[in-house]
Amino acid sequence: MAIERVTLTGWGRTAPSAATVIERSTRDVGALVDVIKSFPARGGIARGLGRSYGDPAQNGGGAVVVLRDHAHEAVIDHAAGTATVPAGVNLDELLRVLVPRGWFVPVTPGTRFVTIGGAIASDIHGKNHHLDGSFGSNVERLSLLLADGTVRELSPTSDPALFWATVGGMGLTGIILDATIRLLPITTSRLSVDTERVGDLDTLLATMESGDRYFRYSVAWIDPMARGKHLGRSVLTRADHATVDELPPKHAVDPLAYHPRQRITVPPLVPGPGVINHTTIKVFNELWYRKAPRRRVGHIESIPGFFHPLDMVGAWNRLYGRAGFLQYQLLVPFGAEDALREVLERFAASGAPSFLSVLKRFGAGNPAPLSFPAPGWTLTVDVPTATPGLRELFHLLDDLVLDAGGRHYLAKDAHTTPEAIRRGYPRLDEWRAVRESVDPTGVWVSDLARRLQLC
Amino acid sequence: MDNALGEPQTIVLLGGTSDIGRAIVERLLSPSARTVVLAGRRPDEMRTAELERPGLTVETVAFDATDHASHEAFVRELAARHGDLDVVVLAFGVLAEQSELDDDPVRAAEMVDVNVAGAVSVGLALAAQFRRQGHGRLVVLSSVAGERVRKANFVYGATKAGLDGFAQGLGDALAGSGASVLVVRPGFVHSKMTAGKKAAPFATTPAAVADATVKALRQGRRTVWVPGILRVVFCVFRHLPGPVWRRLPLG
Repeated sequence: MAIERVTLTGWGRTAPSAATVIERSTRDVGALVDVIKSFPARGGIARGLGRSYGDPAQNGGGAVVVLRDHAHEAVIDHAAGTATVPAGVNLDELLRVLVPRGWFVPVTPGTRFVTIGGAIASDIHGKNHHLDGSFGSNVERLSLLLADGTVRELSPTSDPALFWATVGGMGLTGIILDATIRLLPITTSRLSVDTERVGDLDTLLATMESGDRYFRYSVAWIDPMARGKHLGRSVLTRADHATVDELPPKHAVDPLAYHPRQRITVPPLVPGPGVINHTTIKVFNELWYRKAPRRRVGHIESIPGFFHPLDMVGAWNRLYGRAGFLQYQLLVPFGAEDALREVLERFAASGAPSFLSVLKRFGAGNPAPLSFPAPGWTLTVDVPTATPGLRELFHLLDDLVLDAGGRHYLAKDAHTTPEAIRRGYPRLDEWRAVRESVDPTGVWVSDLARRLQLC
Repeated sequence: MDNALGEPQTIVLLGGTSDIGRAIVERLLSPSARTVVLAGRRPDEMRTAELERPGLTVETVAFDATDHASHEAFVRELAARHGDLDVVVLAFGVLAEQSELDDDPVRAAEMVDVNVAGAVSVGLALAAQFRRQGHGRLVVLSSVAGERVRKANFVYGATKAGLDGFAQGLGDALAGSGASVLVVRPGFVHSKMTAGKKAAPFATTPAAVADATVKALRQGRRTVWVPGILRVVFCVFRHLPGPVWRRLPLG
């Protein structure tokens, strides 16, 4: 078992710190307890695949426990429609087990490379949030290894306070060992996708508001560099799992066939400034919009093609160069559409080279105090760290979002302040109290927790 | 912790009255900044008003570069009081006329004590703290004067050569620890320290040095020359034969 000091960052490759990294399986609880006992003074934190953009899975000067499990240890209960999965299993491995057997994960984000533990700790959401809620809303039970070495069984009914403090709790309540998640039955591994180009923001919001409920999945890809009357121009894609009779004959032979592939991997040696700049991105966004069909109904797409297009390019975060990038993800409640518009206007006016950004309409939230989703709009924009004027822009956007009653997503955050989190998450103190009851001495700690004074 | 935008939360300035040091600190302030500590021999003489803003604590604390034995406790005390030290700017130093030092070897040795020995002992104490934290950035104000020492201020130049070598080596030693060192090599800077002295070619200002330093810090660079042209100039100077170098009219 390797124990060494390693410099870690999140997916955005910013703000590195060095920690003692220990890799373990969640199946060997005894070994994990030994690891906790050997934590240095600066404590420890669990890490999955490091796909959070900022610093939640880093712990400078402390320990980071990387959790790895095998998907074949997942147990599917076909009668109940659930799977009990070790927390170190990632969605990529899990889908390879589930899809051919006619099941799908309840929620998938834009990448398959997240672990079950990370999905719960960040309470991730997907394109079906308006119908199915976030990942944590689809967890029936989980087991949590606490700071004192004991294992606690949690469910929304047996220990709701600690269960919901762990959902969205960024790993700060303990190490999630396994979880039982509700599955979605599918008859094919394909999706039937409706695509339409939408010319401006007002039309987009109205279209999503009136029509989202007819689709399980809905998301809009916005061109964040479009300005003026084109502000908010986007490609709206909405989909449902396809049925066998919707498939073309060549796919209908083996309707549950599932073979996700990584086409290429970005080499480690991208030139210092990266290849993402104002010109390349403007051209890319323009092409993306132009190539999209004006309106197309019932197009059959694969799971990776619809849900995880970026996963086809390995290590795509390297494209941003050495300085890395940030993903700004905000939520504004329904009724604060003006704030959303102003955020988009400010982004476009700043000239920041932003790759396609994503707009999603959230449904109801869940009881977790630190869960990000709530009824409203969420916008996600990627920006290279080296963009001139980025600091001023982000400080301004932060105020806009918070004044509108919105918030920032901890799994993406790499720049906000303790004050911004306090304002965005009014139940923070309630979460702190639950956390303190199971970790009074502060064994669980991360760079994120230190930076944002979460505990 | 620094955030992804390179905005530190806790900033320490060793040499709290240094014009360049204060200009760097000012540029590092953001809504994320929580604490600025100004450290120096005479904390009561340090102005804090110009750095103060809502949500930011500005403190002054006594620090004596020549009291080497106190440095480790000083750094631990800082961390105990303020948490992780994100950026520390090492800006203290003394500059005396060479003509005054020629007949005063004791004073010359005192200058070495502050500029080199003081920086080495506090630098090592900071490095240990950075290793404990797993992150942290040290900015060391060196000078082109140490790149090739000239007769007009050779004791001062020698102290900067020593400091520069130490800082570079420390940066290399910290590779992989999560911490880093940025060596800043300005040319002649118009400041309190140089008031009344004749400016050298490519003279610059504390503001320009601070701008270049903060930019280099955010780019993760290890060395920055201000202005940048001095890197080329001193590359040539380093390789000039002694008789030529001695005759150059560099003041």
